[in-house]
Amino acid sequence: MYSRFCLLSLLLGCLIQLSLCSDTAVSVQGEQDHEQGNTTAKGRSGESRNKSSKAFPVVTVDFAHVRSPFVVALWILLASVLKLGFHFFPKLSSVVPESCLLVCVGLIVGGLLKTVGETPPILRADVFFFYLLPPIILDAGYFLPVRPFTENLGTILCFAVIGTLWNAAFVGVGLYAVCQIKGSGLEKITLLPNLLFGSIISAVDPVAVLAVFEEIHINELLHILVFGESLLNDAVTVVLYHLLEEYSYAPHIGAKEVILGILSFFVVALGGIFVGVFYGIIAAFTSRFTSRLRVIEPLFVFLYSYMAYLCSEIFHLSGIMALIACGVVMRPYVEANISHKSHTTIKYFLKMWSSVSETLIFIFLGVSTLAGEHHWDWIFISCTLIFCLIGRILGVLGLTFILNKFRIVKLTPKDQFIISYGGLRGAIAFSLGYLLNEKFPRILFLTAIITIIFFTVFVQGMTIRPLVELLAVKKKQDSRRSINEEIHTQFLDHLLTGIEDVCGHYGHHHWKDKLNRFNKKYIKKCLITGERSKEPQLIAFYHKMEMKNAIEMVASGGLPKFPSSVSMQTPRRRSTLSERLLPTLTKEREEEVRKILRENLQKTRQRLRSYNRHTLIADPYEDQWKQMLLKRQRLRSTDQRVSVLLTVPTSGRESPPGMKSGIESDTMYFEPRDPASDMPMITIDLATPPSKESTDTQNKDGEDKGIVFAANESGSPSQRVQRFLSDPGPDHESDDHLQS
Amino acid sequence: MGSAPSLPAWEIRNLAHTTGFTSEQIEILHRRFLHLTDGKATMSKDCFDNIPDLESNPIKSRIVNAFFDQRNLGLQSYGTVDEITFENFLTTLSFFQHMDENHTKEDLEYYKTEKLQFLFRMYDTNGDGKITLEELREIIDDLLSKTSNTEKTSSSIADAAMMEAANTCGGQMEPDQQYDGITFNDFLQIMQDIKIESKMHVRFLNMDTSAICK
Repeated sequence: MYSRFCLLSLLLGCLIQLSLCSDTAVSVQGEQDHEQGNTTAKGRSGESRNKSSKAFPVVTVDFAHVRSPFVVALWILLASVLKLGFHFFPKLSSVVPESCLLVCVGLIVGGLLKTVGETPPILRADVFFFYLLPPIILDAGYFLPVRPFTENLGTILCFAVIGTLWNAAFVGVGLYAVCQIKGSGLEKITLLPNLLFGSIISAVDPVAVLAVFEEIHINELLHILVFGESLLNDAVTVVLYHLLEEYSYAPHIGAKEVILGILSFFVVALGGIFVGVFYGIIAAFTSRFTSRLRVIEPLFVFLYSYMAYLCSEIFHLSGIMALIACGVVMRPYVEANISHKSHTTIKYFLKMWSSVSETLIFIFLGVSTLAGEHHWDWIFISCTLIFCLIGRILGVLGLTFILNKFRIVKLTPKDQFIISYGGLRGAIAFSLGYLLNEKFPRILFLTAIITIIFFTVFVQGMTIRPLVELLAVKKKQDSRRSINEEIHTQFLDHLLTGIEDVCGHYGHHHWKDKLNRFNKKYIKKCLITGERSKEPQLIAFYHKMEMKNAIEMVASGGLPKFPSSVSMQTPRRRSTLSERLLPTLTKEREEEVRKILRENLQKTRQRLRSYNRHTLIADPYEDQWKQMLLKRQRLRSTDQRVSVLLTVPTSGRESPPGMKSGIESDTMYFEPRDPASDMPMITIDLATPPSKESTDTQNKDGEDKGIVFAANESGSPSQRVQRFLSDPGPDHESDDHLQS
Repeated sequence: MGSAPSLPAWEIRNLAHTTGFTSEQIEILHRRFLHLTDGKATMSKDCFDNIPDLESNPIKSRIVNAFFDQRNLGLQSYGTVDEITFENFLTTLSFFQHMDENHTKEDLEYYKTEKLQFLFRMYDTNGDGKITLEELREIIDDLLSKTSNTEKTSSSIADAAMMEAANTCGGQMEPDQQYDGITFNDFLQIMQDIKIESKMHVRFLNMDTSAICK
């Protein structure tokens, strides 16, 4: 209750400040020029200041020169506080999607500003296209699930291209027919403006789709279909928009123009992708050399992607496709090269920016509604709405009917309904409408666009969640990718490729396999540093998984549970799995291990580093580490068996960096700048136990090799030290269980 | 290639009935079969060496063995045959057909189990009904194509995978029991989460493109 009160007061404060800013801006504006004149005059004749009798101003208020950044920052702050605020009203946020709430808030703010007498700011097209849209698209493209996307690429392309064209034609022609009806007052609107309007309104908007679909957690297939469509139809929209705008100046439209239009579509789409791929490769190549300066790694990712977007905008190519292509191409190589921290940074920055952008877009949509003039025409707007809905449904039905003949996994009617219902329009349509030339009935179009957007955001956005529940559409399965899944998926890929080769036809798997092999042989060598380029995918996956498990383990401060069903008796038959998996420790071994741990811990505390603003300092994971060790010692003393073993390389730099999954210079507990220094290091190497040497050399030199837990397998020739950090098993009630 | 002896129509109908392929598909596959065997009526293991694309496949030997595995051919015993006929060839390939929703639920379950059996047999090379740690390690070695330095990693990956399998499937075991290997039921359980059987199909063509491809 108290927190809600605080939040509301904060909100109110922001709003008041905002209105005051705009207010003072207006009133100051008049004075500003006067003041400027004064100051320049004073500056020019410096001595006149001495001569004048004006006292030195101790406190001045000069809002004018911070106005722009101040207002921008205030808006963003308002947006973020609002977003925060919604979570304090869970009942509200579960019924109404966030986008609706934001639009409402925008309306309120716009209303407030209008009553103050100030014109609310409109969502300017250049601000939208250059600053607000790219983070969202980059976030979507970088984290695009590539496998389902490529599996359904044909379907997605069909919906994006053919579906959008159909929608545009249907709405345009339909509205033209309506306009021709005598007495509607709209006869002036000829076919071309109607088609242009149709092309603007028919594109499914990625921002709106993301905003709504994020909250309903629909299954992967539907999500990728609708979302992929919203991304790829940008090319179609761009081409249609420019084409029809150009045609409106041309006196005559013949076959030549149509052919040029089709050609320009391919140029726009493929050109955008090409620009994106180009920048993606350069980014990947740059990331190969960033091992010495890890701090600015995320910057490269962001900058190269933004450059790709801007470059494609220079040539009027599809910026969205460039961004997506850049992100998709860049990701596997960059992730192999950059440090774990940079990876986290990229993820969080992208999420943060895209979240803020989305919020701002919706708020500004609300504000802009009250900002401009409106021309409400019942016939036009209601017909637009009807045609949009019907056009979408017909388009989806028709296309799925054709596509189901070719698809393996057919689209059920439920799927079709969700796809057609999920065709939301959003801010892109609004911005495109805003950019229209004055010779079109712009105000009418803008009003219609806003109405459609409101309808889709509010009505469709709010009802889609209960509809999904009602129709019992399959939800997203929250499954972690397990190592088994990876193994079997890879095996199956090879198997299917082999079968296709046996049958003698070049199918889907054949080409995928060829691409993979080409990738492994040539591309990876160029774009990935050092040894990582040769690391097979399975090993990379395994390392990633182990890393995740390790981090989770430390974060939880304890040990994972292990099923008691796996026997941990003293080794009887050496070849059995259990014995090798979970060997026991004898008492003296335990003591040895404890001693090593103490020593290592002391050594690490003695580390001293000079402070450097640009280095990433090692973490306070050490506290958790110590607690974990203490817990472990306590557990041992109660005679429970240790089941977690960590492996360590004997000498930090000797084991090939390839085995360290990108954490070679950025381990969990230490940031080694140069390996040559004899700073003690704790490195955790995942899954490469150089077994024989580990137990022997652990105490040899004073140099800290790291933490070694050695396992005693009496009699087994190779002292295997292994690490098992697999998922905690299902809960068992037996007392062999380790408490974590 | 010359004129290949085509199958009599009754045989095609027979095969279509038993294996589920359409007659066009059977004809195309028959032509492919003859291409691989150089005109002979039966196929031996080295016929598969004629396929250049298969050479770079890391699990080539397993695939070839699968064609000759007696269990896949409907015989109950374990072991491999030396020569297979066209019907055997088709039988093995029929595991990769796509089962659409026209069939009944029991049929779909049956086909799904059959596909997973095929996959299981490819893993379980010694035929004892369990995928042991050794066999799992061999699979991973194959997948990693024995690149340098992978021995230790592959065994730890195998251990981790077995551990996971034990976690998911071994829940009902006694505290003293050892987890020997993945039985077929365990395998089914693992695969249920992954839904591999929905991906295990190859598109068989109704048109002949073998002139273009090798």
